[in-house]
Amino acid sequence: MVQANPGTEKVALWRDERFWKIIFQIVVVGILLTIVAIAINNMNVNLARQGRQFEFKFLIDRAGFNIGETVLPYKVDDPYYWGLIVGLANTLRLCLVSVVLATIFGVVAGIASFSSNWLLRKLSLVYVEVLRNTPPLLQFFFWYVVVFFGLSSKGQVTRLTDFLLISKKGIWIPWPAGNIITALSLGLLLAGAIAAIVLWRSRLKRMEEEGASGRPQRNALVVIGVICLGLFVFGLQWVFPKPVGGGNDVVGGLRMSLEYGAMMMGLSAYIGAFIAEIVRAGIQATPTGQWEAGRALGLPDGHLMRLVVLPQALRIIIPSLNSQYATLIKNSSLSLAIGYPDIFSTAQTTLNQTGRAVEVVLLMILTYLTLNVIVSFFMNVLNQAVQFQER
Amino acid sequence: MTTTVAPLPPVPVQSTPMGWLKKNLFSTKLNTAITVVLGLILLRSLVSFGQWTVSQAQWRVLGANLMLFMMGRFPLTEQWRIWMLVGMLATLGGLTWGVLARQVRTLFSKPVLISVGLLAAIAILIPTPIPNRLLTLAYLALILGMAWVGRQFAQRWTGLAIWIPLGWTIAFFVGLWLMAGGLGLRTIETNLWGGLLLTMFMAIVSIVLSFPFGLLLALGRQSSLPAIKGVSTFLIEVVRGTPLTALLFLGDVMVPMFLPGTIRPDRVVRAIIGLTFFCAAYTAETVRGGLQAIPRGQTEAANALGLNTPLSLALVILPQALKISIPAIVGLFIQMVQETTLVSILGLQELLGISRSILANPEFLGRYAEVYLFIGFLYWAFCYAMSLGSRRLEQVLNVNR
Repeated sequence: MVQANPGTEKVALWRDERFWKIIFQIVVVGILLTIVAIAINNMNVNLARQGRQFEFKFLIDRAGFNIGETVLPYKVDDPYYWGLIVGLANTLRLCLVSVVLATIFGVVAGIASFSSNWLLRKLSLVYVEVLRNTPPLLQFFFWYVVVFFGLSSKGQVTRLTDFLLISKKGIWIPWPAGNIITALSLGLLLAGAIAAIVLWRSRLKRMEEEGASGRPQRNALVVIGVICLGLFVFGLQWVFPKPVGGGNDVVGGLRMSLEYGAMMMGLSAYIGAFIAEIVRAGIQATPTGQWEAGRALGLPDGHLMRLVVLPQALRIIIPSLNSQYATLIKNSSLSLAIGYPDIFSTAQTTLNQTGRAVEVVLLMILTYLTLNVIVSFFMNVLNQAVQFQER
Repeated sequence: MTTTVAPLPPVPVQSTPMGWLKKNLFSTKLNTAITVVLGLILLRSLVSFGQWTVSQAQWRVLGANLMLFMMGRFPLTEQWRIWMLVGMLATLGGLTWGVLARQVRTLFSKPVLISVGLLAAIAILIPTPIPNRLLTLAYLALILGMAWVGRQFAQRWTGLAIWIPLGWTIAFFVGLWLMAGGLGLRTIETNLWGGLLLTMFMAIVSIVLSFPFGLLLALGRQSSLPAIKGVSTFLIEVVRGTPLTALLFLGDVMVPMFLPGTIRPDRVVRAIIGLTFFCAAYTAETVRGGLQAIPRGQTEAANALGLNTPLSLALVILPQALKISIPAIVGLFIQMVQETTLVSILGLQELLGISRSILANPEFLGRYAEVYLFIGFLYWAFCYAMSLGSRRLEQVLNVNR
């Protein structure tokens, strides 16, 4: 017998697939909710036995612990939440610098793996294979104890180069003085950079549309470059660190603690190795025809890389960079083991002092999720900027 | 009409040492400069490293603590159990290798022989009592012998391969029994487990435990049912966005709060909970990659044959998806071996943790570089070898497709 209209056919409920799909979902969600409910009930019982309950009021209590180095002002008498925020600022200070450094390391090593120089190629390979195949925490310990403590082991301020000093108390690098002239030069540098970009764009446009030689603009760019270089070297009022008191202390320059230095170098070198692999894969994924076409046009190697290969490779590289930056932020929590007071270290101290395990761990998970979401947002914006522009 | 001209043979490339140098190191002025500068820096670092190795470094710290590095504080009288365990793994490993390589023309190819020779040299040279060295050599021979035996058997009975997973499952429980004791053996507390033993144990257990969860999460994320998909995606993304450090604390201090007051999990178990959470989310993403690589036609064909969703998954989709994911799962295992170092933050004595307590011993104070270089080399050698193996496996699997 043939059904004239199968859609209107009456099917028994237990033979209807849609019914079972809904039942299945209800059962699974029900089981999960039951587990969560049991867990929460257990937690309440356990907390009640200790005479407490789940709440975040402890955050406004006096912290009472010290934080070794801070970006934001912090006193021992400040409440816990301020301690955590100070820790967060330290995390950001570490991550922002490391992201930039890791990208530089990664891009340099990635491009170096295509060099025609055998030594450079092999060095890049060794860097990537060694750092990717050893645990990051071990690397951080190595940087901290072996490299930084090894360099500062003489007990006095040691001069690594003319402008880099190290002692047990930290590493000093030259830093702008921070007076009115610095601010003025910084503003001028910014203006110079904007002017250079505008000039560069108009030069390209003229060369493409009018066939102009672009020589006057090029000369102007060179002049801007020289002025900016001069401003950078002399205008920023660099202060070089100098040892004082028989080599026991240092004045001038910017001090970074050894813990900060170790985490910064460790994170940058480790993530840099992964970025190098991504850059290498991205460049390799550019079709050979593109290289050949570029060469056929007579582009020199540098132009070929910059104008033809990299813009295409970036479309592959940037989405993967997102996950590396997220890994970097997550790995920055290993500061806890090195002793740099990032947000995770301050949270662990808070946990030890208050015993608020559930609250503190939840706060940490939320913090890192938020940081990762922010990174993803910026990387998506960047990703859209480099994607293929459809006409 | 065109006549085809036979192409000329390519001009043979003259490769002399000088030619190689010129091409690879001194082809342009820039290249020459790079070579000279890098070469000088490299030479200087190598010389000072060599001087340090010979004159300043005190390698005694390694020999004196070798057993600590390997087994932690496992009681001296019970160490035979670990040797048994390693022997069992060597037998099974050799057999598996032989069975898997049944179609390869030569079992002991040149790279294999070279690595065996290297391992034998290391086994002879390690500063440990003579019986231990002999035992290590014997195990090496055992692996090779078993590989040969496995190959012989597998060539005769082709059905042998399906028994391998069963063998490993039994070995897992026997190994657990050997480590923990009970059933006639002296019970060893988990706080005595340590070193490489604990590192490997944690990595293996967390990947084994996380596998079913990861599989379910991966299937859930691919599901067409909105509630299942939502829950799976939420769990995966939350875990992947959280540092392992936080997950370890979650397992260490938060999970005990969620359990009834009478249950107090062991320290190692709590660490494994955190590692398993972490690993399950990454397994899920790995398996998802495999699932996505299976063409839609496979599902449709399975449906056309009248298989319902669970059956089509179990019989058609998963066998193919998991096979594709094997190299990535090996990669995940490598990652887990590295990530176990983080449990030293919780005070566990795995390879990095035991190194730090050795370094705290006044007798070996300040020997950081030696110890960290040594365990760094251990990790590197293991992970690099595994990644080479996984690349090889990938090729084999691709050929079979």
